[in-house]
Amino acid sequence: MSLGSIIGVDVGGTFTDVFSLDLGTGETAVAKVPTTRPDQSGGFLDGIRAAQPDMARIRSLVHGTTAGTNALLERKGARTGVITTEGFRDVLEMRRRDRPRTWGLRGDFTPVVPRDLRMEVPERVLADGTVEQDVDLEAVREAAKALQAQGCEAVVVLFVNAYANPANEQAAVAALREVWHNPHVAASSEILPEIREFERFSTTALNGYLQPEVAGYLARLEAALKGGGFGGEFMIVQSNGGVMSVDTACKRPVRTALSGPSAGVIAAGYIAETAGYANLITGDMGGTSFDVSMIVDGETVVSPQTSIDFGMVVRTPMIEIATIGAGGGSIASVDAGGLLTIGPESAGSNPGPVAYGRGNTRPTVTDANIVLGRIDAARPLGKGLGTLDLEAAKVAIDEHVAKPLGLGVMEAAEAIIRVANSRMAGAIRLVSIERGHDPAKFAYMPFGGGGALHAGAMIDEVGIGRALIPRFPGVTSAMGCVIADMRQDFVQTVNTTLEALDLDSLADYMQTHFDEGQMGLETAGAEFAAREERFELDMAYLGQTHTVSVPISVKVEAGRVIAPTRESVREAFDTSYRALYGRLLKSGIRVLNLRSSVIGKRPKFDLSRLAPAADATVEAAERGTRPVFVRGAWEEARVVARLDLPVGARVDGPAVLEQPDATIFVEPWLTASVDSYGNILIEPKGEQA
Amino acid sequence: MAHTARSGKVEDKPESTRTAEPGIDPITLAILAGRMEQIADEMDATLFRSAFNPIIAEAHDASHGIYHAETGETMVQGKNGLPIFVGVMAFAVKAVIDKAAESGGPRDGDVWIFNDAHIGGTHLSDMRLVRPYFRNGELFCWLASVGHWHDVGGAVPGNYNPAATEVFQEAVVLPPVKLMAEGELRTDILDIILRNTRLPQSAEGDVNGQLGALDLGIKRMDALLDEYGSDTVNEALAALSVRAETLLRREVEALPDGRWEAIDYLDNDGITDTPLPIKVALEVKGDQLSLDFTGCAPQVAGPINIALPTSIACVYVAIKHIFPSLPANAGVMKPIEITVPEHSLLSAEFPAPTGGYTETILRMIDVIFSAASQAAPDRVVANAYGTINALSIAGKKSNGQRWVMFSFYGGGHGGTPEGNGLNHGSAPISMATIPPVEILEAAYPVAFRQWALREGSAGAGKHRGGLGAVYEIEVLEENGAEGFFFGERGKFPPKGVAGGGDAAVNRFDYEQDDGWHQPPMTSKMRGIVLKQGQRVRLQSPGGGGYGPASERPASEVARDVALGYLSAEQADADYGNAWRGNAE
Repeated sequence: MSLGSIIGVDVGGTFTDVFSLDLGTGETAVAKVPTTRPDQSGGFLDGIRAAQPDMARIRSLVHGTTAGTNALLERKGARTGVITTEGFRDVLEMRRRDRPRTWGLRGDFTPVVPRDLRMEVPERVLADGTVEQDVDLEAVREAAKALQAQGCEAVVVLFVNAYANPANEQAAVAALREVWHNPHVAASSEILPEIREFERFSTTALNGYLQPEVAGYLARLEAALKGGGFGGEFMIVQSNGGVMSVDTACKRPVRTALSGPSAGVIAAGYIAETAGYANLITGDMGGTSFDVSMIVDGETVVSPQTSIDFGMVVRTPMIEIATIGAGGGSIASVDAGGLLTIGPESAGSNPGPVAYGRGNTRPTVTDANIVLGRIDAARPLGKGLGTLDLEAAKVAIDEHVAKPLGLGVMEAAEAIIRVANSRMAGAIRLVSIERGHDPAKFAYMPFGGGGALHAGAMIDEVGIGRALIPRFPGVTSAMGCVIADMRQDFVQTVNTTLEALDLDSLADYMQTHFDEGQMGLETAGAEFAAREERFELDMAYLGQTHTVSVPISVKVEAGRVIAPTRESVREAFDTSYRALYGRLLKSGIRVLNLRSSVIGKRPKFDLSRLAPAADATVEAAERGTRPVFVRGAWEEARVVARLDLPVGARVDGPAVLEQPDATIFVEPWLTASVDSYGNILIEPKGEQA
Repeated sequence: MAHTARSGKVEDKPESTRTAEPGIDPITLAILAGRMEQIADEMDATLFRSAFNPIIAEAHDASHGIYHAETGETMVQGKNGLPIFVGVMAFAVKAVIDKAAESGGPRDGDVWIFNDAHIGGTHLSDMRLVRPYFRNGELFCWLASVGHWHDVGGAVPGNYNPAATEVFQEAVVLPPVKLMAEGELRTDILDIILRNTRLPQSAEGDVNGQLGALDLGIKRMDALLDEYGSDTVNEALAALSVRAETLLRREVEALPDGRWEAIDYLDNDGITDTPLPIKVALEVKGDQLSLDFTGCAPQVAGPINIALPTSIACVYVAIKHIFPSLPANAGVMKPIEITVPEHSLLSAEFPAPTGGYTETILRMIDVIFSAASQAAPDRVVANAYGTINALSIAGKKSNGQRWVMFSFYGGGHGGTPEGNGLNHGSAPISMATIPPVEILEAAYPVAFRQWALREGSAGAGKHRGGLGAVYEIEVLEENGAEGFFFGERGKFPPKGVAGGGDAAVNRFDYEQDDGWHQPPMTSKMRGIVLKQGQRVRLQSPGGGGYGPASERPASEVARDVALGYLSAEQADADYGNAWRGNAE
């Protein structure tokens, strides 16, 4: 019997990418089809059929989705009602008293739940968990009726201090479930039992807002897959880089907020680690933005929350991604002061660069790459583009950049690329500094369609030793879907001093998280090579408001969590604090939150399966030469079919390495080589290992 | 007599030996512009990451930059620092340049430290560290770091003393002194500083963080100059200054010539209940802009004075809000002439207290907006809520432990040419966020009974202002508590522009045995004794409206009424009753 295949599907803004691995033969296939809108399930199914026509042969299917992200950004979630504590109706709208941008004092904010759908009910819990006033259930039912009458599809209960005692919220939710017409009812203490009302309310409200939309989308997919004969496991990528079951995704859709980009980082980390680089900076260059992430000692850097848009805070663990507005579609212009700037204005992918001929007349980074010969105007990436209009790109650069600066058009095109590179390099350096790392000690991995063109430049600009370009840079996120582990995160605020910390009740919370996590793994219908649990405490010195996450080593014996000792918690805090700040203080210590993760390690596929065929030769990969403009002069660059290069092949710059989903540019002072996994390593000439 | 300042307050600017003709090629210039901004950003990031003190680590109340070797003018400043520092740091650097000159000039590895607001601007909580950068034995530029420390001694923790009549009651005043001499830390100086704060560990963390940021700046400058050479970098710096100047000149040129005035008032200084005028005459002549503050109140006893450097910096903040794409470069100030009367509220002299400087600069920004809006109604937003609203509730628990809940509260932003003002935003001079209710309730014996938008507080207009907020706080502590409040806009509302209406005034009420009261000084009071169960209520102003209320579509008024942003009666009064035809 055949082992079947495992398929990763990443639905992005422009393309739906599919990566398929046949578990029996080891054969891989990639497919790129246009994303369908507004219902992404059409493109999803097209993509799968392109990679694996026989759905019955699919053993597991993992999906990175932007359905949730788009619903948030476009404000297309469900009509949602809020039932909240008297006096706190406006928390969602008041945020944390911030503003969209430092300068200009412009920009308004519309919360996803308008004020007339936010109902107050009598109830109050104090910070120590005391129920000062029981929840008025009659008022809850009245509010529910009013919200139903207003056409609400989801309802959330947001009570102040519910993290300290969820009793009132639980009572309200129980009453609501009796009268609400669908399952989309949730309380803030279920979604995020963590102190800080705005962050908890926002996360819960956005979850409710997404529930009907995401649940509907996943139900449509599941039905279509079943109809096509699919009988395997189906999982969704979360923002934390792990996967979850469809059932969990329907209940916690907010965890998919950064599903798409996080899968790419997971894949990048695995590929780099396999190739021998545990410290990695990734750069995903899209149409409008450049996203940077870090992997330190093999671990992705995770942040506790993010804003999807101004005021739309989602507090669930997310792979940390820093974004600047410098993508292929970013527009180059000369300001009134005579300075060449790139972005933040962007032509995106539609209308896109001038050379696409879809109506944009202002030059973009991609136009500059075309004019410089780094992108072949005759054979662009992406289906449906035909050939590119090189002349139009030249005219645009001449008019908007070259003439105002008194440069030739080629010089101007090169200037655009150099300024864009400098900005990307700046983002990489800043992210490294913010995390306390020296970027020179990291390898750099570009992914996304455009990143590989600029990879060599990052070596110069950042002082990074080498760039590593995965076998399929354009479908890295889809590959990440196949690689990601199943991961469930939990949080519980305890907020007490270390002296007063009740270790038994802490162990009880750990046990609850552990049991729920294990249950999640059991019911996911997925295979795991291993299981792992992690516990962390957010701790700080008394008087400090910013906490340090402190990994606590906790034994689990026969499914029972053994409570840690106070001394071991203190030592763990000292270790973490010293690592971060270099010294310790004499103050008392506070424990704010417990964070637990239960991870089901997915069987990893052997990346050497991606290696080039044994009979590949450099000669067979040669595609002639083409002129490329570098540092002020035309040079004849070798053109090579990247996927046809054998292991160990070396191509000195100047060279262009082409493949269906990406173009790699090797500057004259760099050299590219193929490692045993089929990755391309770019290093300065004479320095390669 | 009046101070008239151009290009900062560098009046007799020495002819720089390095103001090279900007002959640098445009590609290198574009790259160096980004690289140098990046150095300042990386210095910011270094301090944010390493500071102990949450005011720096979380609220980012700090700033870093690169300054001219001889004049101290700002050449580059980080993007993420506090807005007000962007204009004020040049004065700190100039003060150190003058100080260093007394002892034969700076040496490599020297670092000066000081907080004297009368020469460095803002207030005494802001500690400035200034370090020369040498290249091949010659002074190339200065690097500086400023951060808001948690406590610098003085009468009250945190240095916000509404009763201060001299700086000595606000904090320890440190003039520019060398913290490091040629690379050696002067532990005697550090000992003096750490002995004069209630939070020495926090202060030491901040000193180390700021020194670390300067170290990183030096390293990055070295790398930059190794790569590009000092001549090229100098040319780039000169060109960027010209560019900054050109950018503002182009913006000003696009405005009509003319002179526009605006006047507004502070409620009082907290000592005497007299309104204090702040007046500006804004004049556009070709590509020149002048701002004349003649007519503003004289220096006062209470802590709302500001020093001249703060006034100049404040003009920069207002101008950058109007033209957000301007860079943080002294060149921007070259086309601006600023006149400030001597011995006035806006040029107070030592030892006048400046702890509440925020209120005064917010009002300066308001009058600049009101005047500029007349010149460029399509560019300028209406007044924001215009007060930092510092409210403190403090007491002792039964176990003797002292507690102080101190916070700044928010309000509405002004309506804009593009749309409605933001509800409950941050003050124009800051990006700091407000702590969550749950954090406050967990830390202090209080319960918030209301944390809500303040209905009816927005100024009417084609684009209405944003709403202010209502915060009602009950004391739970059985020993009671004491409150102090320091705000503004209690008598004079935030103004609309381009025909928009004014917002509601600030209102503070406190409960006593015989009922609710308002402070005799309206917006300032200390020593409010509160028993267990008694409450205070702060209702902050909204933002002013933009454009005539008559131009607001009836459907939007109806929507505002449906959302409870204002009552039906107020809607009738502000907009007429046409909206009732659209009522939901």
